[in-house]
Amino acid sequence: MQTTKREGRWLSVQRFILSKKNHIMTISIILIVIGFVSKLVFKNQMIAICSLAIASVLGVLPIAIQAVQALKVKVISIDVLVTIAVIGAFLIKNLEESAIVTFLFLFGSFLEQRTLNKTRSAIKELTEMAPESALKLMENGEFEEVEVDEVDVGDVLLVKTGSKIPVDGTVLAGEGYVNEASITGESVPVSKKKDSGVYAGTILENGTIQIIANRVGEDTTFGRIIELVEEAQDSKSEAERFIDRFSKYYTPAVLVLAFMVWLIIRDVEIAITILVLGCPGALVIGVPVSNVAGIGNGARHGVLLKGSEIISDFSKVDTIVFDKTGTLTIGNPKVIDKEVYGGNTEKVLSYLASVEKESDHPLAKAIVEYIGDTTLYTVEKTDVVKGSGIVAYVDGHRVAVGNVSLMVKENVPLSEKAKADISSFQERGNSLVLTAVDGELKVLMGIRDQIREGVKEDLQKLKKLGVKNLVVLSGDNQGTVDLVAKELGLTEAHENMLPEDKAAYIEKLIAKGQIVAFVGDGVNDSPSLVLAQVGIAMGGGTDVAIETSDVVLMNSDFSRLPHALGLAKATARNMRQNIIIAVGVIVILLASVFLSEWMNMTIGMLAHEGSILVVIFNGMRLLRYKLKY
Amino acid sequence: MKKATIQLETLTCPSCILKVENATKSVPGVDKDSVKVMFNSSKVKFDFDDEKTSVEEVEKAITALGYQVMKSKVK
Repeated sequence: MQTTKREGRWLSVQRFILSKKNHIMTISIILIVIGFVSKLVFKNQMIAICSLAIASVLGVLPIAIQAVQALKVKVISIDVLVTIAVIGAFLIKNLEESAIVTFLFLFGSFLEQRTLNKTRSAIKELTEMAPESALKLMENGEFEEVEVDEVDVGDVLLVKTGSKIPVDGTVLAGEGYVNEASITGESVPVSKKKDSGVYAGTILENGTIQIIANRVGEDTTFGRIIELVEEAQDSKSEAERFIDRFSKYYTPAVLVLAFMVWLIIRDVEIAITILVLGCPGALVIGVPVSNVAGIGNGARHGVLLKGSEIISDFSKVDTIVFDKTGTLTIGNPKVIDKEVYGGNTEKVLSYLASVEKESDHPLAKAIVEYIGDTTLYTVEKTDVVKGSGIVAYVDGHRVAVGNVSLMVKENVPLSEKAKADISSFQERGNSLVLTAVDGELKVLMGIRDQIREGVKEDLQKLKKLGVKNLVVLSGDNQGTVDLVAKELGLTEAHENMLPEDKAAYIEKLIAKGQIVAFVGDGVNDSPSLVLAQVGIAMGGGTDVAIETSDVVLMNSDFSRLPHALGLAKATARNMRQNIIIAVGVIVILLASVFLSEWMNMTIGMLAHEGSILVVIFNGMRLLRYKLKY
Repeated sequence: MKKATIQLETLTCPSCILKVENATKSVPGVDKDSVKVMFNSSKVKFDFDDEKTSVEEVEKAITALGYQVMKSKVK
């Protein structure tokens, strides 16, 4: 009992000293300045020795405490090395060095903390968007504010204007507009009314709603995104695991080396210098810093990168496969070309609209939309000819709407001009709809899907980033695939692909040695998303996509893809730079201990702390990364 | 076996990871292979046998190292 009490007191003393680290640092620099001034200006050795000695002892206290704590759990940390070095310097009466080294070490860790927080800021911003409280309907029928952890599935919650929606749920009553930027990256408010789904972490911009909780806490979409990002920022690549193993043995090895040097050449000065140079600080910290800054940048720009292994794979991608033409096109076919034959066009268009209004075929919808407001007639005796079109009576006329084979069936003669128009329409990738009234061709329409705005430029950017093959695997058979491929400069396009065909195709590409990224919405392409080295989901935060993919483009925004690839490349490059800086510094320092005159403990500490700051600053650059072209 | 997550004060020094990892592993009943110290998010995740030990035991081991425990969760 007595011992635990004493231990407890000792613990709180330790904690007190550690919590005053920054004060100690300040006092220590003041003492060092006093020491040097009295020595050099006032030639007062006594005051100089005293103040430097106090600075050394005071400065080494927190470091020594950390060293003892580390040794207790069998870790030879840098604190251990520095403590031994400082005690050594103190014993050989080199007080200037012992004071300056402890100060530099404390100052270095102070700067590390400040700058590291910066690199982590982007992800912190994200996690801080998590809702904290909720207004829950209690048994007495009143709403009461509770912590978000206390909300269970099935609870009824009240959300007021301006507050965060605390859970994933369904609207029971009320209406409002919700800003879903935290989930979709899209800040245009979305209207919500009874039975609409709402997401945790989104903000009710106006209105008041009551919701029932469907998913709470970490199970919500937002909770899962946060968890993914948190896992991602600390995920380790093979190289990193190697560095970790290496540094585990490196620090003890340095201790042994220093001891042996002392034994053999009996030079305490060199031995303690080796100790200070010993810690691979920049090496341990370099890669995680790049990783967290890169992933943080992505999170800010609607790109979720799931870890450093993926960043490394993604940066090497040379083939990008798209799951369907719909990813590249608007997915909303429109009438693009039109040709009329004979007169009375207005009436014919009215007939056409009347017939097409009855159908929900995508082409029919495009035609109705194209014709717009017009007089509608009663349609009688409608006959749907499978795979060809519709024949019906309108206003007493026989109207046939459909493809060329329907015209042949209906014995509609096609003039030379009409035939030429048909083939040129087809060349442009149109689906054809012909309209004949009473056996006479009146209108020819060409309908096709359009390429999404900006897609062409985005693909160009991907090529500039070093992607050699751009492939589209489409389930469509409307002949539009080739056209899209040609217009966008894709290297390959395949149509009529089932999900299993796509997966087989990707396997083939990988077998050829290509590094493949597959872009899909994750709905029925999960096998391909998993098979490809990098699965990129274009999901507005849908469950399957987030789970199975390696990279998520939030809000299905295609324009994020070049940024994502550029960022992955920049991050991978940044990691390599940091490893080179860290290893380089260690090699140069250790070599100069033996080969040069200028190396001492102070310079060693300066270089050590300096290299840590250099890798942190280098990593920080990633927070501002933007695609240049 | 239960899963625990402990949120620590912000970790900044490179050797923190190893220290916290070893301290967590040293508690009997903690599954050594499951211990994961996340540097950037300053969290420790591990599985433990709830008949042999508790989160509080692990928290104590970590606090003894001089790190503050902010929050912990057991599933």
